[in-house]
Amino acid sequence: MPTFEDYEGQVPAWCPGCGNFQILSSLKQALVELDIEPWEVLLVSGIGQSGKLPHYMKCHTFNGLHGRTLPVATAAKLANDALHVIAVAGDGDCYGEGGNHFIHTIRRNPNVTLLVHDNQIYGLTKGQASPTSDQGTRSKVQPFGALSEPMNPLALAISLDCSFVARGFAGDPEYLKNLMKAAISHKGFALLDILQPCVTFNKVNTFKWYRDRVYKLEEEYDPFDRLKAFERALEWGERIPNGIFFKNDREPLEELVPVIREKPLVRQKFSPEEMKRELEKFY
Amino acid sequence: MEFKIHSSYKNINFQRHSSDSNKSNRKHRGVKFLDYTLRVGGEAGQGLQTIGGALAKVFSRDGFHVFTHQDYMSRVRGGHNFYQIRFSDRRVTASRDVLDILLALDLNTIEMHRKSLGEEGIILYDSESIKKTFEEPEFIDVPFKKIALDVGKNRVMANTVATGAVLGMLGMGTEALEEILKTAFKKKGEEIIEKNIACARAGYDYALSSCPHCEAFRLEETGNRKLMLINGLQAIGLGALMSGCKFYSAYPMTPSTGIMNFLASKAEEYEIIVEQAEDEVAAINMAIGASFAGVRTMTGTSGGGFALMAEGLSLAGMTETPVVIAEIQRPGPATGLPTRTEQADLLFILYAGHGEFPRVIFDPGTPKQAFHLTNKAFELAEKYQVPVFIQSDQYLGDSQWTFEDFDPGRLIYNDYRLREADLEGAGKYKRHALSGTGISLLAVPGEAGKHLVVTDSDEHDEEGHIIEDSQTRIEMVRKRLLKKMPLIRKEMEAPYLYGDASPKIVLVGHGSTYGVIREVVDIFSKEQKISMLHFSEIYPLPERDRFDYLEFLENADLVVCIENNATGQFAKFFRAETGFEFTQLITRYDGRPFTVENLKEELHAYI
Repeated sequence: MPTFEDYEGQVPAWCPGCGNFQILSSLKQALVELDIEPWEVLLVSGIGQSGKLPHYMKCHTFNGLHGRTLPVATAAKLANDALHVIAVAGDGDCYGEGGNHFIHTIRRNPNVTLLVHDNQIYGLTKGQASPTSDQGTRSKVQPFGALSEPMNPLALAISLDCSFVARGFAGDPEYLKNLMKAAISHKGFALLDILQPCVTFNKVNTFKWYRDRVYKLEEEYDPFDRLKAFERALEWGERIPNGIFFKNDREPLEELVPVIREKPLVRQKFSPEEMKRELEKFY
Repeated sequence: MEFKIHSSYKNINFQRHSSDSNKSNRKHRGVKFLDYTLRVGGEAGQGLQTIGGALAKVFSRDGFHVFTHQDYMSRVRGGHNFYQIRFSDRRVTASRDVLDILLALDLNTIEMHRKSLGEEGIILYDSESIKKTFEEPEFIDVPFKKIALDVGKNRVMANTVATGAVLGMLGMGTEALEEILKTAFKKKGEEIIEKNIACARAGYDYALSSCPHCEAFRLEETGNRKLMLINGLQAIGLGALMSGCKFYSAYPMTPSTGIMNFLASKAEEYEIIVEQAEDEVAAINMAIGASFAGVRTMTGTSGGGFALMAEGLSLAGMTETPVVIAEIQRPGPATGLPTRTEQADLLFILYAGHGEFPRVIFDPGTPKQAFHLTNKAFELAEKYQVPVFIQSDQYLGDSQWTFEDFDPGRLIYNDYRLREADLEGAGKYKRHALSGTGISLLAVPGEAGKHLVVTDSDEHDEEGHIIEDSQTRIEMVRKRLLKKMPLIRKEMEAPYLYGDASPKIVLVGHGSTYGVIREVVDIFSKEQKISMLHFSEIYPLPERDRFDYLEFLENADLVVCIENNATGQFAKFFRAETGFEFTQLITRYDGRPFTVENLKEELHAYI
């Protein structure tokens, strides 16, 4: 059985009070409770404050480029589907720079968990608007306020028939941990968007702001109803639902790839001798 | 239907095919060796590749040396394309401009290529299909369509008739073609196969019996055993397959897609995953992700797609993740000439990616070299944990060459990845551990016991965790780049010398110009002390201890660098690396490859 300490990594370099701390501890706790050992997990992260998370843990880590977590995570899962592959990204990282990968990874549906630290702002580059910033969000580079409509990642994911769509809140780490466990246990691509206050650059969407608004989806809520899920995903503003919005039973990508049905690609032998017959085909 | 034959043909003393002929009278048409060029021209969608591909295969199976090249437009239907086959009883390695046989599937082909016809060349066409009759002696009217309708009950089979007619003209028999038709139409059933065979025979018989002056073209059997026929892209794909490539991710882009097609066709049989990415950014990040997870990976693209890969290339450099990248060049800038050829990405590939990290660039001159260099690319990528390029271009990629064989015995396969058994009793594993060679051992995550594999695109410490201090940074740059590069340089083979060992004239080329320069050296070597120096292992340039190629160049009276681009990128690169300056440069940048005649003419200005 792994312990919380087994996952203990470097001392985080995040701002004191950052919502990332709760995400980090919820993730460690979720993995411990799921009885997953550190050497069974591959964390793939991008760039931004969220991208540093794997360094503050202990497990296999690929801290890649800004926006590029999902192609790396998808391919790593295809190469070794015995690993639990978890992608960690931010709102700018995943929904901005990596928006195209986000769309196409949902379509592919690898058995990968995506945790998005969504603080509705750019933290690492010091406070510019992000794809999820509310319209009108002012910053040094948005003196007239953000002019674009914010992106709704949950509604977008549901529209693409994403196999698991959920939202959590860093201010409720216990519930967040349970959502993480559900996301990691889900077979197929799982999006967990996490509302994460940025204490330094986002003075609007604070812990209090979120706490006043978030509520959990009702117990009788049916996550298999796609239209309902879409409707609930559109709720934003005075009341912000949390929970598992949508689920389906789509076959994960790895199960559709015939060559890895028996065993992971990484364990398959290479036999050049039998390939010599390929040369004959060119005569 | 009657052939219009000019009387003068009857008087030309061709070497005829006869049962008592011997080797010495196989000198055709004033040429010492048999050396025919056949061009099949028509619109996209008319089946040029099918006809050309079948004929090339028939020739190679009969033991003829073959060189094909394709000239096609970026469209699926219409326009004008051609497929050119040169076949000979000796080795041929480039295309010629002068045609012996033109098979015209449309009027446009006749109008465009008639002027390229050699003195005694002929044009095969179907006056009914193109709605025009030519009276000149070089034209041979064969009713492709009518025969197809009469014999096969389907006009689509006109192509098979035409293919049969070419073989009839050459008197080669239809057996080899029939075998090819059986394979090609296997999925369509017996009836279609039989009809196609009947059409091939009808076209064959028609040409054989009704074209007296075609007798001049009759071929003897070579007596050679059948030869291997393969193009550059297939050779790269085959090289990847036989080097243990398990994962190929790419976004389709002409002219690189053939590699993906080849590997996808082998995916099930040899357990390979071929993933079509949403863009080239994803393609290279996928290749890196799968490689990190423990398998040999490759991606492929052309210049525009590679531009999108520059960021990922730098990631491979920083994280020391092995990856092989095929960059099959086409003329740029931007979309350029999508289906044509150029060698204009060398400096881009050399300098792409932010920051400083090692890389290796190979640029094969033949499909056989492409096969072995792809293998070497995987070996070096895995051994030194660096990105390795197979740089090539549309010309080599789409050109078929014949070979006696490839040598699978020369393939290298060393598994440098660490698994549980390799790490038994080892101390704490550190992905980027400092070492004398700069190489840190590469463990497979999840397969290496409890050892953790950590890497970062940020500068990192030995374990792979993010750092910012200057001492670690210095150590990592030394490890990653400065220590590895001299070791990699030692792996590079000297350039290939062909021709005179102490020449007055040296023609220098790299990559796909190998074949044409070689043939031009053969032509000039009758009167000149001339040789070719060909570079296929380009970066880092090999050491000079085994062969001092600089001294070799300095000792020549005339050195000409030949490049399929406008600015002489190899010459610039070579000067930057060695200080040697090429004073003479022959370039071609119309999107077409050098041909034997064209390069010969260019060289006449110097020689």
